[in-house]
Amino acid sequence: MRVTCPHCGERDRREFTYQGDALALFRPEPDAGPTVWDDYLHNRGNQPGRVRDLWYHDPCGTWVVVERDTVTHEVFGSEAAAEVAR
Amino acid sequence: MRYSGLRVIMEGLRGNTGWTPAWRDPDPKPEYDAIIIGGGGHGLATAFYLAKNHGMTNIAVLERGYLGGGNVGRNTTIVRANYGLPGNSEFYSHSLKLWEGMEQELNYNVMHSQRGIINLFHSDGARDAAARRGNAMINQGDDAILLDRDGVRKLLPYLDFDNHRFPVYGGLYHPRGGTARHDAVAWGYARGADARGVDLIQNCAVTGIDIEDGRVVGVQTTRGAIRAKKVGMAVAGRTSQVAEMAGFRVPIESHVLQAFVTEGLKPVIDHVITFGAGHFYISQSDKGGLVFGGDLDLYASYAARGNLPTAEHVVEAAVQLMPVIGKARMLRSWGGIMDMSPDGSPIIDRTHIEGLYLNCGWCYGGFKAVPGSGYSFAHLIATDAHHAPAARYRLDRFRTGVGIMDEEATGSQHNLH
Repeated sequence: MRVTCPHCGERDRREFTYQGDALALFRPEPDAGPTVWDDYLHNRGNQPGRVRDLWYHDPCGTWVVVERDTVTHEVFGSEAAAEVAR
Repeated sequence: MRYSGLRVIMEGLRGNTGWTPAWRDPDPKPEYDAIIIGGGGHGLATAFYLAKNHGMTNIAVLERGYLGGGNVGRNTTIVRANYGLPGNSEFYSHSLKLWEGMEQELNYNVMHSQRGIINLFHSDGARDAAARRGNAMINQGDDAILLDRDGVRKLLPYLDFDNHRFPVYGGLYHPRGGTARHDAVAWGYARGADARGVDLIQNCAVTGIDIEDGRVVGVQTTRGAIRAKKVGMAVAGRTSQVAEMAGFRVPIESHVLQAFVTEGLKPVIDHVITFGAGHFYISQSDKGGLVFGGDLDLYASYAARGNLPTAEHVVEAAVQLMPVIGKARMLRSWGGIMDMSPDGSPIIDRTHIEGLYLNCGWCYGGFKAVPGSGYSFAHLIATDAHHAPAARYRLDRFRTGVGIMDEEATGSQHNLH
C-alpha cells in the first residue's frame, strides 16, 4: 500500500502514521454536551469501502486526509488536512 | 453420538463408516425465542450456554458464511488470564476456568494445552510492571511467577539474552496459560448447541434488523424474515455493519491483524513467548509449525490481509529475539478483522433498543474469551441482568468515563490497544 501526500506525492506506507477517522478534524463545540463528545471521541461509522481518514506524513510533517478503500486497500487521493478543516 | 477413545478405535476397525454429522443443517423457522447473529466462537458459545444454563433451546445462530469461518478460524490460539485491571481480571479468570473444563463439558477434544506463557521484559521498569501485573493475577486467584534472567534461561535457552537493544531481564510466567485448537473450539460449541436443539443456520446473512417502537422484533436475512424478541450480535469486526442496520454507531474501528506460520519443524518452542518490546509473540503448533504474530497494521481495514511493512517488522523482531529460527521458512500469512474498542476492553451489554444485545470490542484477544464471553452474554440475554464477571463491560463507560479499562493506558484511539 502506497499513500499519497499532497506535497510529496505517492510515498511508501512506512512514512505515514495512521491517526484515525478524519472526523477528528471536526471538533464539537466545548459545551456541546457529553453525548456529542462521546460520539466524537469514541463512535465510528467504520463501514467497509471508501473512507476518509487522517494520516501524518512523518518526513514532511503534513497532516493528510486520505481517501481510500478499506476492503481493497486502494488509495484514491489525498489533501492536506489544513485545507479540509478550513 | 458420544466421542471417546474407544469409539475412535472401534470406528478404525469398522473403516470409519459409523460417524454421523456433528450437527444438523436446518432451514430457518419463522420465529425463535432468541437469535444470535454470528456463528463464530462467541456466537456459538453464547448459543450453547443459552441452551445449557438457561434452558433456551428454541434459538438460532445465523451465520452468513460457514461456522467458525471468521476470527475463531484465523487466530494464533492463545489462552490466558493475565490481565491487571478490575473488570478484565475477573472476566478472563472465569473464562480460563471454563477452558479448563471445556473438553469434558463439550465431550470434544479442543487440544487445550496449558504449556505456559512467558511475557519477557527488558528493563528494570518493565520488571516492576511485570511484578505488579503478576500480583494482580495472583490476587485474582490465578497463577503468576516472576522469573529472573536465569529462570528464563532454564525454560528458553535459545533466546538471544544479550541483545544490544533488548537484553532479556526476565519474564512473567503464567503456567496455566497456553494454546488450544481454534477450529475445534467452534466445532465443539456448535455440536453442543445443536445437540440441545439450537438451529445453526449457515449461508444466512442478516440484511436488516426489524425494530418496532424501540423494540427488536426480528431480522431480515438472505433466507427470509425471522421473528425474535431477543437478538444478540456477536460479529466482531463486522459489528459496525450490523449496528448500522439497527440505526446506531458503535465505539469500534475495524483493523487488520496479521499472523504467520512456518513449515513444520521438530519440537523447539515448548511455551507461548511474548516479546512485547518488539511486538512479537510465538508458539509452536502440534503439527510443528511456528505460529507467530505481532502488532496491528495500525490502519482501519476490512481486507482480511495486511501489508508487508508489518510482516517485515514481525520477522525482524522474531530473528532478533530468537536467531535460532532464522532459517525456518515461512509457509503462509493471513489477516483477520479486529473489532478495536477505544480502551482495548470489550463490551457485553444491552443497547438502547430493547431486546438487542451487543457483544464486541475484543480487539485482538477474543479467542481466549470465547467461553467466558458466551457464558456471560447468554446470561445477559436470558436474564436481562449482567453476569458478575462481565458486569463492567458496559457500553456507557465511554460516555460517563466511569470504568474505562485501558490496560496499557494508551488513550482513546482505537488502534493503540
